[in-house]
Parts: sequence; structure tokens; C-alpha cells
Amino acid sequence: METYSLLREFADSWMLLLLFGFFVGMIIFVMRPGGTKTYKDVADIPFRHEDKPAADGGPAKEA
Amino acid sequence: MSNYIKLIVLGLITLLAMIAANYARDVAYMVNALTIALVAGGFFLWTLRHTDEETSDVDLSGEYMDGVVRAGVIATSFWGVVGFLVGVTIAFQLAFPQLNFDWAQGYANFGRLRPLHTSAVIFAFGGNALIGTSFYVVQRTSAARLWGGNLAWFVFWGYQLFIVLAATGYLLGATQSKEYAEPEWYVDLWLTVVWLSYLAVFVGTLVKRKEKHIYVANWFYLSFIITVAMLHVMNNLSIPVSVFGSKSVQVFSGVQDAMTQWWYGHNAVGFFLTAGFLGMMYYFVPKQAERPVYSYKLSIIHFWALIFIYIWAGPHHLHYTALPDWASTLGMVFSIVLWMPSWGGMINGLMTLSGAWDKLRTDPIIRMMVISVGFYGMSTFEGPMMSIRAVNSLSHYTDWTIGHVHSGALGWNGMITFGALYFLTPKLWNRERLYSLSLVSWHFWLATIGIILYAASMWVTGIMEGLMWREVDANGFLVNSFADTVAAKFPMYVVRGTGGLMYLGGGLIMCYNLWMTVKRSPAVEATNSTVPAE
Repeated sequence: METYSLLREFADSWMLLLLFGFFVGMIIFVMRPGGTKTYKDVADIPFRHEDKPAADGGPAKEA
Repeated sequence: MSNYIKLIVLGLITLLAMIAANYARDVAYMVNALTIALVAGGFFLWTLRHTDEETSDVDLSGEYMDGVVRAGVIATSFWGVVGFLVGVTIAFQLAFPQLNFDWAQGYANFGRLRPLHTSAVIFAFGGNALIGTSFYVVQRTSAARLWGGNLAWFVFWGYQLFIVLAATGYLLGATQSKEYAEPEWYVDLWLTVVWLSYLAVFVGTLVKRKEKHIYVANWFYLSFIITVAMLHVMNNLSIPVSVFGSKSVQVFSGVQDAMTQWWYGHNAVGFFLTAGFLGMMYYFVPKQAERPVYSYKLSIIHFWALIFIYIWAGPHHLHYTALPDWASTLGMVFSIVLWMPSWGGMINGLMTLSGAWDKLRTDPIIRMMVISVGFYGMSTFEGPMMSIRAVNSLSHYTDWTIGHVHSGALGWNGMITFGALYFLTPKLWNRERLYSLSLVSWHFWLATIGIILYAASMWVTGIMEGLMWREVDANGFLVNSFADTVAAKFPMYVVRGTGGLMYLGGGLIMCYNLWMTVKRSPAVEATNSTVPAE
């Protein structure tokens, strides 16, 4: 029972705060300035490399 | 050299499985052991025949590994039809009990066929769809070939073996009586091995990706794979009575066992049937609509909100039980909060078509995907509503729950899978187009009307049943006996069976169409060629 009380207290305080902070931080991060441009680019990922993998070395750009 | 090790291992497995079959304490265990012996023995012979043959060291990193995805498409279609057929059978067994034939008593009556139906549609049809599409999507969005070589084939065939072991076990009476987690201990262990290999292939491919960013569909697939591994292991902690028998005893008991079961059960819905299929949505809807997802930012918020909230919703399955009130209230509140990410995701999927709504008139595949996202929205509205304690007191244990599950499973999971199969087949077999678009339209309408018949009849019978159960006369006595509600439900059961029959018919039309696409449609000039990269 001791383990339960200990874990329960931790879950109700620090862990809750940590998860909540992560969640709010994630939303703020997504809304960061300059994010729109990045996300516009990555949203196009499904439309590259339809037929074969990117060649070795060079970063992926054209398929 | 590796072949010699393989031969030793396969030979040992065959031998041990035969010993196990010999000492088997029940029929299910014996049949499963013989199945394993047969499979391992077959692979032993196959490996033996190919030992010391020259292996070609062609560099395949310049092409995608699509063979296993093709196998996934075939398996998905096959298990889909099998699962729908068993579903229609048990629907009519409920309407006409005479269909529980005397000669098949103990093997093919409702109680044995029902877990066969649920596992066939969720794990065989849905699971193969998820594994196949995830292998397709992770390669395209990472611009890299699958990691691990033939490990992907091990995942595919290992998963089929899991399905066969589970299915034959159910018919012969091996079950640990946990809904959606019926397979017994040794089948669970096998699935764990297969699933961790699946995780390795998926993560390995992500690690060697050429795109800097991990596309959102992969986030959903990854959360599905990891969470299912965790749920599966925790919910199946059990100790076998004998190593030579299928029976096992759960480690948890009482209300802890119930809570673990529904933590598993609801997250099987949340991560298997939702997160995984959302991965499909985030790839195939943009591809078919030929435009990027409506809001990529929303898709990231959708992902984190969904996985943060879903994991807490399980206790709403245990209202009015021995579970403490605070726990079921917590489950109820989180279920209601789930409205937000679910509808955010639905809006994101639907709005991807903004500016391309005209495609709905011309393209039956996009129509299928859109109605699937629509059903996603509908069932994720209905679910939280049913999790409210007061509503649950009417709906629980009635057919309303079954109707709700099927509007999600047939509408959302089924339709998005059909859409993905129609998209994938011409691509994977290098065909210009599908064999027939009008057959796709037939499939669409049969499936849609089938779902409507199903869901509507289950609403009527579920609410009727709930009201009949709680009806009391002036002296406080119950008015109806249980058999009264069963008799009153008959017409709705027939309607439900008819709806299922239409859905099955649609599935058969799809199989014919996909088959003819591969056989008859003109091939495209091969770009996915056999020429290896230099």
C-alpha cells in the first residue's frame, strides 16, 4: 500500500504538472513564428518519392 | 551459413511442437501445436531446398520493398470477406436460433463464432490493413527502403500464423475470456515476438529516413505499434496451468482485472482502430485528393491531444460496477474531452478536400474516404455521449453498444481501408487504373446502405431493450422478462442481418474488382523498375 500512496502522490502532482506542461509547450511550439513555412513544406512529403527512395547522400528533394 | 542455423532452429521447433502435440491436454492445444509443426516443417523443407544455392547480391536500396505490401493487400481483402461472412452468420444465428445447428454444437454455435468474428475483422482484416499500409506509407514518406530485409516478411507471415492459431483455438474452445484479447498464453507470446519485430522494422526505417521531418502519418502508426505492444503485454499477464495445455490463469483478479481489461479494450479501439487508421487517413486522403492535408499544425495538435486523452477513457466501460466512482467518473470526463481531438481530426480530414469538392462527384474512391471520415466523426460523437453515466445506464448491455461499434468499425475502419486498397492495388501492380469505377460505386452504395440498416436497427432495438429492462409497474415490479425483450427484437435482428449481407456483398465486389485490376487493366510503363541503383 505504501508504494501505491507514494506513486499516487507523485502522479497527482509532479507528473500531472509535467504532462500538462508538455502539452501546453507542444501547442506553443507548433504555433511558433516561422512554423507555417516549415509545415507547408513538410505537408508535401507524401507527394515526393512516390516510386523510389531518395538517392544516397543528397538530401531528399526531387523524386 | 545462416541457412544452417535456420535449419537447426526450424528442425527443433518442429520437433518440440510434435512433442507438445503428443502430450497435449486439450484439443485446441493439440491442433495449434500440429499447425506450428506443419508450418515450421514446411519452412524447414523450403530452406533445405534452397541451401547452398547461389544468392544474388543485388543492391536493392534503390527500390521500395513492395512485395510485402502486395501480400498485405491480398491478406486484407481475404480476411475482410471471411470476417464479414462470420459476422453475417452470427447475426442470423441471433435472429434464427435454429442456425446453431445440432451437428455443429460446441464448434460453430454463436458463442464460439462470435470471438472468431471480432478477431477476424479487427485483427485479421484491420491488422493486415494497418501492417500493409504502414509499410507502404513509412517507405514513401521516409524516402527509404524498409529496414531489416526479410524481417518484414517474418512480420507478415508471423501475423498470419497468429491469426490462424487464434481462430482455430476459438472454435475448439481455447479462450481466456477477455474481450478482444481471447487468445491463450502461447498465442499471446507469439504475437509479442511478431509485434516487436514489426516495431523494429518500422523504427529501423524511420531511423534511416532521407526526409528530415517524420511525416505525421508515421507518428500515428508509431504510437499505434508502441501502445498496442504495451497494452497486449499488460492485459495478458497470465500463468499457464500446464505447458502442454491451453488453459491459463490471469495474474490480476477481480476489479483490477476488469480495469486492466477495459484499459486494454478501450485503447485497442483508441490506438488500433483509431490512431493506426488515422495514419492511413493522413496519407491516403491527401494522396487521393491530390492536395496536402488541410492544416499540418492541426494534425500535430490532433496527434498529441488524441494520445494524451485516449489512454484514460477505459473506465467508462465499468459504470455501476465494483470500480470506484472516482475512476469511472475520470473515464467519463476524459471520454467527453476526447470530442475535441476527434472532431479536430475529422475537420482536418474533410477540409483537405476544400477546393476539390467536385472530386466527390467523379471519384468514388474519394467518396469512400470522405464517408469514412464522416463516420469517424459520428461514432466519436456517439461514443462520448454513451460514456456519460446517465446515458450509459440506458445503453449499456443493450444492442445500442453493438450498433455504435459497427458504425465505427464498418463506417470508419472499413471504408478507409477499402479506399486505401483501391488506391494501392493499381500502384502496387503497376496498373494504369482500376478495372471498373462503377463497381467501386456499387461497393460504396451497398456498404453505405448496409451500415445505415445496421446502425439504425441497433439504435431502435438497443433503446427499446434498455427501456423495457427498466420498466416497472405501480407496485415496483419489473414489467418485462428478459425473453420478452428477445422476442421484441426479432424484426430488428433481421434488418441488421440484411445490412451485414449488403456489406459482405460490397466486399465481394471489391475483391472481384481488385482481382480484375491485376489481371486485366493495362500496365503502366514501369518506373518502379528492376534496374537497381548504382
